[in-house]
Amino acid sequence: MTAIENMQAADPELDIERALERRQKMLAIAVPLGTAASLILLWQIGVRLFAVPTYIAPAPTDVAYTLVDKFPILLANFWPTLYESVLGFVVGNIAAVLIAVAFVHSRTVERAFFPIAVFVNTIPILAIAPILVLIFGPGLTAKVVIAALICFFPTLVNMVRGLQAVSPQALELARILSASKSEVFWKIRLPSSLPFLFSALKIAATTSVIGAIVGEWVGADMGLGALIIDATFNFNSPLLYATVFMSSGLSVLMFATVSIVERLVVRW
Amino acid sequence: MPSIVETQATPDGTPTGPIAASLKDASVKFGSFTAIRGMSIDIEEGAFYTILGPSGCGKSTMLRLVSDLIPTASGDVSIFGKSTEEARLAREFAFVFQDATLLPWRSALKNVELPLEIGRRRGIKLPIGNKTPRELLKLVGLEGREDALPHELSGGMRQRVAIARALVCQPKLLLMDEPFGALDEMTRDHLNLQLLKIWEETGVTILFVTHSIPEAVFLGQKVMMLQAHPGRLREVVDIDLPSPRTIEQRDTQEFVQYSAYLRKLLETC
Ligand SMILES: Nc1ncnc2c1ncn2[C@@H]1O[C@H](COP(=O)(O)OP(=O)(O)OP(=O)(O)O)[C@@H](O)[C@H]1O
Ligand SMILES: [Mg+2]
Repeated sequence: MTAIENMQAADPELDIERALERRQKMLAIAVPLGTAASLILLWQIGVRLFAVPTYIAPAPTDVAYTLVDKFPILLANFWPTLYESVLGFVVGNIAAVLIAVAFVHSRTVERAFFPIAVFVNTIPILAIAPILVLIFGPGLTAKVVIAALICFFPTLVNMVRGLQAVSPQALELARILSASKSEVFWKIRLPSSLPFLFSALKIAATTSVIGAIVGEWVGADMGLGALIIDATFNFNSPLLYATVFMSSGLSVLMFATVSIVERLVVRW
Repeated sequence: MPSIVETQATPDGTPTGPIAASLKDASVKFGSFTAIRGMSIDIEEGAFYTILGPSGCGKSTMLRLVSDLIPTASGDVSIFGKSTEEARLAREFAFVFQDATLLPWRSALKNVELPLEIGRRRGIKLPIGNKTPRELLKLVGLEGREDALPHELSGGMRQRVAIARALVCQPKLLLMDEPFGALDEMTRDHLNLQLLKIWEETGVTILFVTHSIPEAVFLGQKVMMLQAHPGRLREVVDIDLPSPRTIEQRDTQEFVQYSAYLRKLLETC
């Protein structure tokens, strides 16, 4: 520790560089925060200045008040959505990874199923959600399936690319070592696909929340999606905004979790 | 032609010692394109061969042929009397590529250990080297960097890890395709000396492709000159410089003469 400090002290140029770097980092955080704060302030002033009715657009302070006041209700509806999102995320991504592995193993399987996957992906999730609710009923399953479905395609595409993104030279190395197909898979293909997998998982982290909420819109009495519908029909805009805030909080939470895991796993 | 240069105009001259690898009228085709035609040579065991030739003449193809990455179209290749496939399964040879081809998620040590992990479960009998992966990293001057990931190492260090990895199963034949081609002059000199030391210590037979005439003369006991269109053996030039080789030898008249001779020869290939 002291050795490092001494070294820093011994090199004034490095010191200046460090200080500059620190300033850069501070700016990188301060600028977007400042912008967001200014926009919220502008919104507050605008709503008050033009006396916009609360049911059309509530002031940030109203939303903040509701967020605190109705926090127990919000939280009670937060858990089911979290549960559905996480389950959908897990199911959808596991399915995508397994199918990607099958695709990479067999061109025939890929030829047979990839067009179907593309077709399913082209159906808007809003159109397919009611169908799934009809099939699976108003319970948990439909929401999980919708969340899983929305995660599925980006992960499938990325994972296939990742598994194929092995350098030809690495494969030659494997051949010279007389590696079997499964050794190539476990020791080379799978690890080298991880960066691709994680960029897909980061997409899925936020889209799975969208899937769960859309599922709740179609038919549910609990969850952030249900609360959004409820608040809208009751012209309870502050509650609506607070719920939206909670939803995006959920997405951020999921995204951050995946990012942290990525940092721990993909260290190269 | 300088008088000191002894050339073997025909490559099938009688070998003096045991044979590491033998090509008999070997040809390689990619579709209808003949990359190598009728190559015959006996690689003496324990010798250091460097391979020169114009770009695209088939140097890499020759190494890939020997290492069982591509098949012969006709003719025959054997390594220590076995087919290339048998030699590959017995890990008799190792390959060092131009870029180190390390697995980026594995530490230096884990990369060196890779060949020991592959095939073990299937009961392939691996030749166990008399040096551990750690000792090999020390041998290539990377003691203390065992846990570094490849992206934390310089290009030269990565290449040294690749060399350590190649040595871990104690190969009898080491195939190197422009291993130092992407490195700066200083690093290259340094690694050349290290490689010569390893060669002397282990007694491994080396086939070393390079684009640099000085490097070919400095490292090689024999320089194989290949000719293009189609790829074939032009000449094997014996380099009679005292060993151990030193950097200073490069300024000697003999060294300069060898270089000049090879340069002229290369122009006609
Ligand atoms: N997989 C392949 N398919 C078709 N042609 C190939 C293939 N590999 C090599 N060739 C051709 O074979 C010839 C020899 O290639 P090779 O890579 O062995 O040359 P080289 O001597 O190593 O060249 P360089 O010095 O540039 O590395 C070239 O004309 C090349 O285009
Ligand atoms: Mg080449």
